[in-house]
Amino acid sequence: MATLFGLDYPTLWFLVIGGLFSGYAILDGFDLGAGALHLFFKKEKSRRIALNAVGPVWDGNEVWLVIGGGALFAGFPVVYASLFSGMYIPFMLFLLFLIFRAISIEFRSKEEMKWWRTMWDISYSVASIALSVLLGVVLGNVLIGIEIGPQGNFQGHWLEFLNPYALLVGVTTLALFSTHGALYLLMKTEGRLYAKLSILARRAIIFFIVTFSLVTLYTLIYIPHLTDRFKDLPWLFVVPVLAFLSIANIPRLISKRRFRDGFIFSAITMSLLLIVVAIELYPVMLLSTVDEAYNITIYNAASSEKSLGIMLTIAAIGTPLVLAYTAFVFWTFRGKVELDETSY
Amino acid sequence: MDVEILSRIQFAFTVAFHYIYPPLSIGLGLIMVALEGQYLRTGNKEYHVLAKFWTKIFALTFGIGVATGIVMEFEFGTNWATYSRYVGDVFGSALAAEGIFAFALESGFLGVLLFGWNRVSPRVHFIATLGVWLGSMFSAVWIVVANSWQQTPAGFHVVGEGLDARAEITDFWAMVFNPSSVERLVHVWLGAFLAGAFLVLSVHAYYLLRNRHVELSKKAFKIALIVATIVSLGQLVAGHASADGVAENQPAKLAALEGHFEADAPADMYLMGWVDKESQQVTGIPIPGGLSFLLHFDFNEPVTGLNAFPIEDQPPALNAIFQFYHFMVAFGMIMIALTLYASFQWWRGKLFEQRWLLWVFVFAVLLPNLANQFGWFAAEMGRQPWVVYGLLRTSDALSASVQANQVLFSLIMFFLIYALLFALFIYMLNKKIKHGPSEDQLQDHRSRHEEMAEAAGKL
Repeated sequence: MATLFGLDYPTLWFLVIGGLFSGYAILDGFDLGAGALHLFFKKEKSRRIALNAVGPVWDGNEVWLVIGGGALFAGFPVVYASLFSGMYIPFMLFLLFLIFRAISIEFRSKEEMKWWRTMWDISYSVASIALSVLLGVVLGNVLIGIEIGPQGNFQGHWLEFLNPYALLVGVTTLALFSTHGALYLLMKTEGRLYAKLSILARRAIIFFIVTFSLVTLYTLIYIPHLTDRFKDLPWLFVVPVLAFLSIANIPRLISKRRFRDGFIFSAITMSLLLIVVAIELYPVMLLSTVDEAYNITIYNAASSEKSLGIMLTIAAIGTPLVLAYTAFVFWTFRGKVELDETSY
Repeated sequence: MDVEILSRIQFAFTVAFHYIYPPLSIGLGLIMVALEGQYLRTGNKEYHVLAKFWTKIFALTFGIGVATGIVMEFEFGTNWATYSRYVGDVFGSALAAEGIFAFALESGFLGVLLFGWNRVSPRVHFIATLGVWLGSMFSAVWIVVANSWQQTPAGFHVVGEGLDARAEITDFWAMVFNPSSVERLVHVWLGAFLAGAFLVLSVHAYYLLRNRHVELSKKAFKIALIVATIVSLGQLVAGHASADGVAENQPAKLAALEGHFEADAPADMYLMGWVDKESQQVTGIPIPGGLSFLLHFDFNEPVTGLNAFPIEDQPPALNAIFQFYHFMVAFGMIMIALTLYASFQWWRGKLFEQRWLLWVFVFAVLLPNLANQFGWFAAEMGRQPWVVYGLLRTSDALSASVQANQVLFSLIMFFLIYALLFALFIYMLNKKIKHGPSEDQLQDHRSRHEEMAEAAGKL
């Protein structure tokens, strides 16, 4: 089997996808978080500033999901097919809210009427909340395992995705995104909105710490398979310990009003938590609750070595380009938000 | 209704709705590059005002295009799981390449294009516009490559049997340059340019008729007319090449396009007609041997007909395919006639004197947009009963775990959101057109950049 840096291709591609999803969580995470907090801003001007803080970047951020989805489809078609068809309704709802978020941002400020703006503000916020929760729900289901039968086909009831664990992970995701979004907005705003956000950031991080503790407890007590890896390889405990430290650092930085550093640490937290997830799952990608024999792993789901090799080349050429123009856009729109005639 | 028909309706509906927007964006992108290029070259602020105006409309089409585009990517997994498992190894790399090379480029620069007018220099702004346009062009490359692979698979081998069978890539470049991808890509690009150019023609014809923005509109109309004339003629060549390719690679589809049943006989070409599947008759206006002539330059050369294929391998919706194809061709011909006539009037110096012609252009925006839709309908329905031509049947490509009521739910959901979206699109488009380009910037001859350059010079 071909290897690169001592890793086989399916493992490498697993890491690439992990990297893309973590990029998506960090980038769209702050858009979604800002959206989730949107209705807490009462003044019209505050809402416009909050919207324009994500205005130039949210679309580019969402592309990370498109790329991540494409990479999953390309690298592990079996996972893509089984997960998406097995969770049909949550993915359809996800599309619904994704479209609503996009059109809310797009159309909100195009008319002056108060009812028009309020309507789109509500749909923007509800869509952002729902998207955050749904992402967490899908993650929760992946962690706990789904009813996968022969040929990788889901055979459970369509409502099973709404189990308590998945919902808890959903709420936790919302809390983390809200913290992340508040910290992002703090970097982009001034005055009263800024003052309000510093309170919201504090509440959001407390909300996150509470829900995250519940998820951790639930996992430790009821889902033993997720901790086996750490029992086998105790040195891996470094990663969750770092994640805990990174989380603990966020309220410290918020109380010191070092919001930019806080934002960096909420981003680091997301990456570390996704690494914990990767460690817990690897090499399984979809755990079957029916029979271990039906587990979908990176080896029985991967595309051919030839295909993975081609795509690693594509990724190696493409990634620096993507990072370069992402950086260029963020640099162009650096600093606090100013409204002008091109704003939303 | 069963899962298959519901899933097909859903995919057709969501992709057709989506496809209203990307061609407009690609076409408008080209016009915007031309306008900004003219501004940089001549320094005439009118081009700047026009570019800014069209950017606003572009933002609308692009925004809806992005919002509705991700739906199909998800649907591959949700509704067509067996298909995804079958093609993922081959198709996936094209999709991943689209994401990384195209979407990231266009979405990355889009922020600068829309919100960067006051933040970057005109030159950097031009580069951003170019970046977004090229991104949308690349996007078309990869999506057409992927679709063409479904029409004319190449560069792969099939591994496994029955339910476990799947295609594996053997040669990336053979997959990318499969027998139909180049000619279909050119056809799609040109169709998109026409969609954009005719929208510009329509809006500025309307302004000229209403006596608004007259000088600006004349400039924009001429640029768009040059594009539309060249491209509609080019489309004649590209369309012909595409049909030749279909004849060679997908004979059953070609036979369906012209309603040609006899297995091995000279084929007529119909200007219009009606296909009766039962009696195997086409009623209409034929050019006897016309199809034979177009393909082989000989009116008597036989062409493979539908009866050469077993019934289960023939496209089922024969009359629909025939009609979509013929309307596409007819609309293409009308566009050629219209743009040539208008160019002739321009040459005579009487382009803007004929009000009826301007009125025709106001409504002619429907021609390329309908032709684009109809062309895809003919191409995709003509590929049936296959989802991957000759390899995987559409009926075998579904998700085994999805039930009809779930698809019915999502279909109704999409229908409702897209109805809302379309209403918003038309409303906003109308509003932006009524508002028009902001000419007040023209009074103020000194742009902010000039002021800044001056201020910098004083330091």
